[in-house]
Amino acid sequence: MIATAPPDTGRLDHRWTTALEDLLACGRGAGADLVEVFLERTDHLGVLAEQDTITSVTPAFGMGAGIRVFRGHRDGFVSTNDLSPTGLRRALEQALGMLGLEPSLHATSGFDGLPTLRDFAATKSDWLQRCPELQEATARLLEGTDQLQRQGSHLQARRGSYARDWQEVLVAASDGTFGRDIRLHQSVGLNVLAADGEHRAGVGRRYGTSDQPDDLRRWDATSSAAEVCGSAGTMLYADYVEAGQMPAVLANRFGGVIFHEACGHLLETTQVERGTTPFAERVGESIAHEAVTAIDEGLTGGAFGSLSMDDEGMEAQRTVLIQNGVLQRFISDRAGELRTGHSRTGSGRRQSHTFAAASRMRNTYIDAGPHTPEQLIASVEKGLYCKSMGGGSVGPTGQFNFAVEEAYLIENGQLTKPVKGATLIGEAKEVMPRISMCANDLELAAGFCGSVSGSIFVTVGQPHIKVDSITVGGR
Amino acid sequence: MANNTNGNNGLNANALRASLEQIAAANGIRRWDLGAACSTDISVQVDRGEAKQMKGAQRSSITVRVWNDEGLVGVTSTSDLTATGLERALSGAKEASAFGNPDDIPAFSPLATAPLAELDQPIHPPQGILRLLETLKEAESDLLSRHAAISTVPYNGLAERNSERLYLNSDGACRQQQLSTASLYLYARAEQTGRKPRSAGAVRLAYGANDLDIGGCISEAAERTISHLNYEPINTGRYTCVFSPEAFLDLVGAFSNLFNARAVLDGVSLSNRNSIGETVAVPFLDIHDNGLHPANIGASAFDGEGTPTKRLALLEGGVLRHFLHSEATARAFGVAPTGHAGLGAKVSVGPDWFEIGATPGSGGGQSGLDRFKAAEPIVWIDSLSALHAGVKASQGSFSLPFDGWLIQNGEPRSIEAATVAGDIRQVLKAIIGFEGDAKVTPDGLCPMVWVEGLSITGEA
Repeated sequence: MIATAPPDTGRLDHRWTTALEDLLACGRGAGADLVEVFLERTDHLGVLAEQDTITSVTPAFGMGAGIRVFRGHRDGFVSTNDLSPTGLRRALEQALGMLGLEPSLHATSGFDGLPTLRDFAATKSDWLQRCPELQEATARLLEGTDQLQRQGSHLQARRGSYARDWQEVLVAASDGTFGRDIRLHQSVGLNVLAADGEHRAGVGRRYGTSDQPDDLRRWDATSSAAEVCGSAGTMLYADYVEAGQMPAVLANRFGGVIFHEACGHLLETTQVERGTTPFAERVGESIAHEAVTAIDEGLTGGAFGSLSMDDEGMEAQRTVLIQNGVLQRFISDRAGELRTGHSRTGSGRRQSHTFAAASRMRNTYIDAGPHTPEQLIASVEKGLYCKSMGGGSVGPTGQFNFAVEEAYLIENGQLTKPVKGATLIGEAKEVMPRISMCANDLELAAGFCGSVSGSIFVTVGQPHIKVDSITVGGR
Repeated sequence: MANNTNGNNGLNANALRASLEQIAAANGIRRWDLGAACSTDISVQVDRGEAKQMKGAQRSSITVRVWNDEGLVGVTSTSDLTATGLERALSGAKEASAFGNPDDIPAFSPLATAPLAELDQPIHPPQGILRLLETLKEAESDLLSRHAAISTVPYNGLAERNSERLYLNSDGACRQQQLSTASLYLYARAEQTGRKPRSAGAVRLAYGANDLDIGGCISEAAERTISHLNYEPINTGRYTCVFSPEAFLDLVGAFSNLFNARAVLDGVSLSNRNSIGETVAVPFLDIHDNGLHPANIGASAFDGEGTPTKRLALLEGGVLRHFLHSEATARAFGVAPTGHAGLGAKVSVGPDWFEIGATPGSGGGQSGLDRFKAAEPIVWIDSLSALHAGVKASQGSFSLPFDGWLIQNGEPRSIEAATVAGDIRQVLKAIIGFEGDAKVTPDGLCPMVWVEGLSITGEA
């Protein structure tokens, strides 16, 4: 035996009730206002194919607990891999100690016990078994790299990657929260590096869903490869973009990263707490063009950022952030509600038990508008069409940036030559009022978001949108 | 949690080896190796004099590789170090080994039992979270008092970590290292009526919280934040740029595939198998990788495969001299492993800690460079942002937002918002020279680096 076994490693379910109630009662008896326990088991599989060979298969298993204790507006959080009664008790006592509290044998807790477990995972217990076995997963990836070879040209490197993340969670809190869920995320990535002399183009795409055990089986390797190879072929000989201020039309799907970075992060209560959002006091006011309605939700079936309950045990919901340009509400978690007064929205999320939950986005998108994409492009005399976006970030002053993977010039209302090397930068307060037109082709795209509570599965999305003026960095 | 038989919550190599040997034998596994790590962390954040969040963590994990009867390798990681967890990891690795790549089979490093360098890494007992909290509250208060415009310190943290790592293999190799480290970061935000908010910060590392240069961190965060208050937009154009040591190290790190043998073999490096001996930079530039530098807080004596860490010349006189290697890439190139490997079925390779400076005897390019005495406008790039999004590592190009100043007639003025764009191969050949002494940073050692003709995009 290397470490003490937890009460039951087979499943996180109602059999943990007594152990959890003991912890919660102990914490409340010590004087905590609220105690929350997050238990987790994970089963990850990563597969990498390069050229026509499987070069890496990486299974990973994990388990652990995160215990958070609140007193007033303060909280202490401790995580541990040790799920034994002793290990959990030690973690609780450490969290209590951070707030100057100590367990007492004689104290009464005022904690009445947990209610019946709310089991969101009841219909999901076979999901892991329904995912493709290794043999099938490797075959599908090799199909992807083979399609890249068939459809691409000047390809110096071809790569396909598959990730399957299964997570079982159990959340219990002294306010009566007691929920269990199973989450399943799968994603496939295709990447190529095209090279011809000094010309080079690296292009990648990732396709992902949640809660769809058959996702990899349904993945269309041929069309995915066509998308990647088409972009690489176009960008290989593209000139670098000429820098400056200009209007831009951003394509749908992953173009939604502009809202995610420029505005979404600034509507998290985490930012209100820090004083780093310019929108803190502006609920009910216009912060964007009237063409903009923006939503964050966890309900869209199969979307990468969907969830039955958040990591604080609250059921997901649809949250309208901006309605016709007017700020409606913030994305809030438990600590955010406590410290800012914005009520919880089922948005308390974390990468794993090693992070305390924080207010984080789920499926975040700008809603569809009345125009066609062609109308947006036709309205621009000289500007940039951003067909595919890369990653981005936002800083403490609200300054955002994101990379453009595939872009074209717009000249006299028409798309002309492809250009590369563009980075869009700006500030949320300034750019949101400049999103003046939204098209009728809303689509979502899978992605990952890194922030205070780690890297989480999210969806970004939008229809085609037009930004009247934005700074385009380039050469 | 790893076994406690040595009484300090650490890893007991002998007990772990005994358990693995037993489980491996029961599963018919004859050849295996393992990397293990455990740590305890405490950290605090504050917000205007109040504790914002206090955190503790106890982490443990292992990565185990097994070779099957066909010699193929499989790998599994787990944080479940119960006997059940270890058995599951070994059987998972054995299952994965059926999909091992027969064209690229990692082996034990021939240097996994070679002598290790002695590192001077004093172990400090933790101060405790309440002491850290008081220290950070004082630091925040001090920083807030430095200028009326500094309204908050939205990103801050003071942390202590005690950690241990080991490498074992079935041929008897045993590497083990203990470490204690502490870190402080302070990022202030300044606001003035009618002006955009500005932000900047500083970081310090040490082997214990008592050794942290807290005053220096406060002063640097304050000075940098205040220096960005008086900002103006910059005209788009080409400028001679002076990179701070931190910014230049970030840029070189983002393009470290230049030196990465794994990336070369995979065809995604800017170098190729024949690049050794090629001139890739100005003739007065040296770049070494030196994880053993005394200023490298938290240095590792060995890599993921147990190979000793060492100082390695990457560029000398602008000429590419060596690649970073794992056991497998070194074998492919017919050289010795360099101590830069991870641990996996396909082993990753990465740099440790760069030393960048003038080639001895070269003169170091233009002498007497002083950005405050330049005849032409100079862009001083203090820090780069969004490297994950703005760097195309396999293409060589970058387009990155930065914080910095435009210096005209000796007067620096903060730049409102701008990007710098270019190609790393052109940058390395457009270095004019160096300014000042090399500075120690968390990522390496580097002086100010002057580069001519870079494209700057501003909002003006």
